[in-house]
Amino acid sequence: MLLNYILKRLLQLIPLLIAVSILIFIIIQLPPGDYLTTYIIQLETSGLEVNQSEIINLTKQYGLDKPMYQQYLYWMKNIITKLDFGRSFQWNQTVLSLLQQRLPATISISLLSLVVTWAIAIPVGIVSATHQYSGFDYFFQFFGFIGMSCPAFLLALASVFILFKLTGQSLTGLNSAAFVNAPMSWAKFVDMLPRLLLVIFIIAISQTAGMIRSMRAMLLDELQKQYVITARAKGVKEKKLLWKYPIRMAINPQVSTIGWVLPGLIGGEMIVSTVLSLPTMGPLVKRALTNQDMYLAGSYLLIVSVLTVIGTLISDILLAIVDPRIKFGGVSE
Amino acid sequence: MSDKKKKSNANIDTVDSSSSYEVASQYKLMWWKFKKHKAAMIAVPVLIIMYLICMCCEFFAPALPLERYKDYKDTAPTRIHLWDDDGNFVGPFVYGLERYTDPYTFRKSYVESDQIIKLGFFVRGSEYGVFGSNLKWDVHFFGVKLPEGEEPGGHNVFFLMGTDSLGRDVFSRILSGGRISLSFCLVSVAFTVIIGLTLGGLSGYLGGVVDTIVQRAIDLIMSIPGIPMWMALAAALPSTMSNLKKYFLMSLIMSLIGWTGLARVTRGKLLSLREEDFVIAARMCGSSHMRVIFKHMLPSFLSYIIVSVTGSIPGTILGETTLSFLGLGLQAPTVSWGTLLQDCQTVDSMAATPWLMFPALFIIVSVLCFCFMGDGLRDAADPYK
Repeated sequence: MLLNYILKRLLQLIPLLIAVSILIFIIIQLPPGDYLTTYIIQLETSGLEVNQSEIINLTKQYGLDKPMYQQYLYWMKNIITKLDFGRSFQWNQTVLSLLQQRLPATISISLLSLVVTWAIAIPVGIVSATHQYSGFDYFFQFFGFIGMSCPAFLLALASVFILFKLTGQSLTGLNSAAFVNAPMSWAKFVDMLPRLLLVIFIIAISQTAGMIRSMRAMLLDELQKQYVITARAKGVKEKKLLWKYPIRMAINPQVSTIGWVLPGLIGGEMIVSTVLSLPTMGPLVKRALTNQDMYLAGSYLLIVSVLTVIGTLISDILLAIVDPRIKFGGVSE
Repeated sequence: MSDKKKKSNANIDTVDSSSSYEVASQYKLMWWKFKKHKAAMIAVPVLIIMYLICMCCEFFAPALPLERYKDYKDTAPTRIHLWDDDGNFVGPFVYGLERYTDPYTFRKSYVESDQIIKLGFFVRGSEYGVFGSNLKWDVHFFGVKLPEGEEPGGHNVFFLMGTDSLGRDVFSRILSGGRISLSFCLVSVAFTVIIGLTLGGLSGYLGGVVDTIVQRAIDLIMSIPGIPMWMALAAALPSTMSNLKKYFLMSLIMSLIGWTGLARVTRGKLLSLREEDFVIAARMCGSSHMRVIFKHMLPSFLSYIIVSVTGSIPGTILGETTLSFLGLGLQAPTVSWGTLLQDCQTVDSMAATPWLMFPALFIIVSVLCFCFMGDGLRDAADPYK
């Protein structure tokens, strides 16, 4: 039954993914001119000779002389069959090699932020609901409002500034200057840890705020219901009562909205890492966008969108496991 | 209609306040519920004041946003005094500024001199056009009292929040940036309402193929991370475009991604209302589709739309400031809170001129106020709860 459900959802994903890729292709085609003209202009301004045969080669390779829809098919075909995402003209490398250098860090930071978001939001939400209007509750409500109203780039700037004032160290980048080009070692990892934690917390905070609020509200709703009162009247231990039903009920919506949290985290990662100039995709994509290096930007958009779609799928499957009431095949309201 | 009748009945009977609750109109109940939300009751006046000040920013700012005080670059905020050094009450005044070069670091800064410069309200300052028109005026809400005959821009200066590296008054620029940032979110929300209501309404009322298409479009947009998508679309705008055009296109871009939430709410409400007895009755009586939608259905879900719309404003402000900060949105010389913060991108600049971070305060306060207002409206939307 569950397998059937997963298969069905997977099949539903295919048209969505195709539509996403078409939309992204259109977006990266929006700026006037194609990649080659940008490339040629760049070569000319940097005073390099434009190699005619190379241009013909590139035109052929990416089918730039073909109509739009064929260009799209080329793009997709290259990605699916050869993992060839095209070339970054700005870096003069294949997009794939750039992705290999930087995407793992991006994805791990985003996923770690998701874990931290959950690890903070769920317990805090639970305690805030069970101790409503306590000092703890008010503190985190205040914290939540700050997290919601402060843009991520500002949080990044402010925390770096404050840490600079306190410790005299500038915590931008993932490593201090001494370690940037050093091979991975224990010392480098220790050097990286506080910076990494800072980044993860900044990204997590803005998402945490919303999640604490919804967790608290859901649990408060649950706690007022008749079955809780009945169970309490029958003498069920408070802790057991809480964990057995209301918390499980309140967590469901959090699980089902992973698909919405994920894009936020990815966007947050992009902004924070641009501000702190981390060696991840963020600064790269920002530069690619301003310089219209569109294969790179498009590939990033495509990959994060696919990841988001997969994340949503996983959350749906998780929800089906956590909440048996979800009718397989359609999500009941 | 029936609400009004009930209200007048209540007046005639002169019932006590507890039972007037039962006969109060829906809007009255909403207002009562909204009043209970204290944070929202503070947020709304704050927002109104912010909008008024930013709307008339030339008047309320002591200087013009692009006006340069060449001799006063990177000046720290001027301290306002009330008593002079001998303890005599003078009224609000500032001391004149003298350039001081640190003998060890050679870093330039400004120290207070003995010269007393009085401040006042409704003072003469730089000339500006009222609301951008040709009508010239030179009165500012507050600033230094210039001696008769002296032109503004001299050495009688006062910088509430310091100056930037080009010697422009930060406070005046913040007010001017607020005009852009605060109006931007309203323009964007207007686009969102148009797109979201139309598509959500069609989807919910017509159902069938239209519904499927709109739903799939929503799925599609929600599966692409918003911020990278904004950035990609913003980057596609040609750099030669005029600032005004860019302003409207940027707000359109925001709403192209943001309309999905409103469309979902509209569709959901329409779907459930479509089956209600009063709607069917209206149809049976021969009302047209338009009449049913606008006369019977819209009033009953208007409040949810308002909630959804105010809920989307904070995100829009944050989005605009973020994009502008990253240099992908509105660009200098357009002044917005995001472009103002571009001046403090590095730790060094933040340490040297921390007052350039003042725009952040305004962003946080306005977003917070919209959040509180949204919360209050959410409570008020369902007054029967």
